[in-house]
Amino acid sequence: MKEKKPLPKLLSLFLSFLKIGAFTFGGGYAMIALLENEFVSRKKWLGKEEFLDMLGIGESTPGPIAVNMATFIGYKVAGVIGSLLATIAVCLPAFVIIFIISLFFDKFLSLTYVGYAFRGIQVAVVYLIGSAGVKVIKDMKKNLFSVLVASGVFVAFILLSLFAVNFSSIFYILISGVLGLILYLIGRLRAKAAPEAPEVPAVAPSTKEQGQEGGEPPSREDKV
Amino acid sequence: MIYLTLFAVFLEIGAVSFGGGYGMLPMMRDVCLSHGFLTEEQFMDFIAVAESTPGPIAVNMATFIGSSQGGVLGAFLATLGVVLPAFIIILLIAAILKNLLKYRGVQGFLSGVRPAVAALILATAVVMGLRTVLGVTTFSGGFSFNYKGLIILAVLVLVGLGSKYLLKKKASPIVMILLSAGLGMLLYGVL
Repeated sequence: MKEKKPLPKLLSLFLSFLKIGAFTFGGGYAMIALLENEFVSRKKWLGKEEFLDMLGIGESTPGPIAVNMATFIGYKVAGVIGSLLATIAVCLPAFVIIFIISLFFDKFLSLTYVGYAFRGIQVAVVYLIGSAGVKVIKDMKKNLFSVLVASGVFVAFILLSLFAVNFSSIFYILISGVLGLILYLIGRLRAKAAPEAPEVPAVAPSTKEQGQEGGEPPSREDKV
Repeated sequence: MIYLTLFAVFLEIGAVSFGGGYGMLPMMRDVCLSHGFLTEEQFMDFIAVAESTPGPIAVNMATFIGSSQGGVLGAFLATLGVVLPAFIIILLIAAILKNLLKYRGVQGFLSGVRPAVAALILATAVVMGLRTVLGVTTFSGGFSFNYKGLIILAVLVLVGLGSKYLLKKKASPIVMILLSAGLGMLLYGVL
């Protein structure tokens, strides 16, 4: 095996993520295409399957998907140092640009016509979040449980907001997650009670090439 | 101590925000309103800026909110907080817990989280819309119908649907923001 020079690779990793952080508008989806182009097609650091596995994991774990992917790809390419550099690189442009804007934003907003423009823009924000919400609901895997959870959360959130009750969104997420877990456990108990029930295999044996990262086949659901 | 608060609340958001940027907005809104960091209008202005600038929305929002509350150190700590859980969780999965997501229990948990996040995003839009367009914040509060806002919303929906069905292309968020800015200046300034 030929020894690869670590420094140029780290540098190239850093620059790639810096570029991706600086040129992806609108977050998530736009970035996924860029990442694939950069690391699968051009640099060939990752296989197509491997990339899709990572994407599936990135979409199922908390946090900004850009950060999930940067950490993952960075680790694959150059270990912990790689993941650190990639994550810093992907966040750096956003941090610098927004910090500079934040210094002038109040003054900017106090200009009369900018103020008017932002009254219009606030409506656009409602529209953008609303259309994102509609898309995620459409893409959601629909079964009795998921529809009940979604409608319950939807109604509860709106009612509690209108009654000015302070209830953090975090609780909706955690409670719904625990309900999902309980549902799974009940299903498993039933399966155990029934004779000849097929054993629930938790983990598939992983081969060296695939399955190494674990993860579901990537599903784009619940992503905007 | 504002720095500690910023770091802690964004760490919490980073740890439970499934579903990427938009999934994070309901929680950021909670935090900003309940800690009195921002008003609803300011929060929406920040979202518009985050949408119009490059980079992950979560990082943009954390930097912006952090900077507004605690300058450069606030911006840094909020961003660090929002990124750290994702970084650590992915490192753990990549290095040690390779099959974490294959466990059925984890899948069970996620099967509850996914519809909840989807509903939260839509519900947040509804609550923001009630406020921006109808002026309804709470049942006990007043009601001030903003017909200009409704006109802008109607134009955006029409353009969005037109772009989707006629051009077969999703209208870019930046186009929608620019369009609404123009309409805002026209309706509130000129007319």
